[in-house]
Amino acid sequence: MKVLVPVKRVIDYNVKVRVKPDQTGVDLANVKMSMNPFDEISVEEAVRLKEAGVATEIVVVSIGPQQAQETIRTALAMGADRGILIKTDAMVEPLAVAKLLAKVVGEESPDLVILGKQAIDDDSNQTGQMLAALLDWPQGTFAYKIEKDGGALKVVREVDGGLQTVKLTLPAIVTVDLRLNEPRYASLPNIMKAKKKEIAEKSPEAYGVDISPRLTVVKVTEPATRSAGVKVEDVAALVAKLKTAGAV
Amino acid sequence: MAVLVIAEHDNANLSDATAKVVTAAAKFGSDVDVLVAGEGAGAVAAAAAQIAGVRKVVHADGASLKKQSAEAMEALVVPMMAGYDAVFIAATTTGKNIAPRIAAKLDVMQLSEIVEVIDPSTFVRPIYAGNAIMTVKSSDAKKVITVRGTAFPAAAGGGAASVETAAAPAGPFKSEFVSDEMVKSDRPELTAAKRIVSGGRALGSSDKFKEVIIPLADKLGAAVGASRAAVDAGYAPNDYQVGQTGKIVAPELYVAVGISGAIQHLAGMKDSKIIVAINKDEEAPIFQVADYGLVADLFVAVPELTKSL
Repeated sequence: MKVLVPVKRVIDYNVKVRVKPDQTGVDLANVKMSMNPFDEISVEEAVRLKEAGVATEIVVVSIGPQQAQETIRTALAMGADRGILIKTDAMVEPLAVAKLLAKVVGEESPDLVILGKQAIDDDSNQTGQMLAALLDWPQGTFAYKIEKDGGALKVVREVDGGLQTVKLTLPAIVTVDLRLNEPRYASLPNIMKAKKKEIAEKSPEAYGVDISPRLTVVKVTEPATRSAGVKVEDVAALVAKLKTAGAV
Repeated sequence: MAVLVIAEHDNANLSDATAKVVTAAAKFGSDVDVLVAGEGAGAVAAAAAQIAGVRKVVHADGASLKKQSAEAMEALVVPMMAGYDAVFIAATTTGKNIAPRIAAKLDVMQLSEIVEVIDPSTFVRPIYAGNAIMTVKSSDAKKVITVRGTAFPAAAGGGAASVETAAAPAGPFKSEFVSDEMVKSDRPELTAAKRIVSGGRALGSSDKFKEVIIPLADKLGAAVGASRAAVDAGYAPNDYQVGQTGKIVAPELYVAVGISGAIQHLAGMKDSKIIVAINKDEEAPIFQVADYGLVADLFVAVPELTKSL
């Protein structure tokens, strides 16, 4: 089974984001960038499938600037086999990402595409589902557990109120949630080995996909701040405050 | 402008989220129809018809719609969109699963988790887990939108819309429902709760979590939440998680017990009306957003609070 794993380079999840004073966006200059945390879980799951003898090859693809190559290298160091960088400095919206990925799927013919459920920058939570629609493949979103079952894939999904199990006919799309696994740290020998792995470079134009945005950012602002209230001395004082505020 | 709202339900009860989405949809256009897709969901359709401001309810019923799978919903909704300028759906796991599939088929860039409708092409949505707020304009002819429920009040009841039926799409689909494993609870659902008591890593164990948090939640009639740290440590199930990677909540009262207040947790609860923090570390960031902070040992203070309410 061949597995395709798309990864996105985003602002590191530990960095406190700052809105630019001119309200055009978030300041990304000199900020630490990393692989989207949900994508790390996707890569880890693919590597585990390979270690279990279920997956035969793992191809990682990223759409972004030259530096996205580092994100691909991280995935290669975790155990993916080769990479594809679709190089562009433009902001690519989920719909265009899904269209590019559909082209990659056409070339690579994977049996399974594993994606993070969302990227922690734009929080869209769209790409996997859009890719599934464009390919007319079934989808198992917010995966908590995945298991190959003959020619099908059983996916246990995190849904509001609990878990739901669905059975997908392969080829299929899976998007991963937090509890699926705990991603490994790449070992030094594997980081060295990853440097020799192949990364092919492509462009959106070469795939014939129009990536011009459909959305225009009017402005990006800071959220309304919440000021600290008061410290209370003890439980009795807290109860009194809550009663006055009508909260209890 | 005509807008289709996809109802959230479990075939028996209409979720409160739907009336909130109707409020958002009414800001987009005056003709709001509600689609109830399910199996044996007649009561849900009747309930949807009572939401004020709804023009009509479209009720599609059949086995293929029992679980509102994304594959079946795509087959049902995409052809219907010829008659609508937009489709609105709650940003729940169901809505998030379905909407992008419809958007891709319509060749439209979806707007996720909007919190405000400025005009029929301009919307406000949080990005970076709510650490930045983006106003965005869509150039697409049709809009596909998921709505953050906490940002809109529920539309009133008392309506009497007509109900018309539509055919359910014929299967089979390449995705098949196997089973559900729902957490059974008499408590209010986190995203709909008026009061929430959340526990953090300071609870120290799953037993302590139950022993300290649950009685207070019971006393307040509150839903129970947890920080990601508490979930990762196994003290509480993932379904309890409040924050960037869990649920976004905005209750009247949020009590944070033993939660330090990592950015990722604050992102999920800072729109709560009143925030109470109980933590023994007086430097904990949670106190910067709390209306009432109590620096105390939670194992003493929380049982005392439970008793005094």
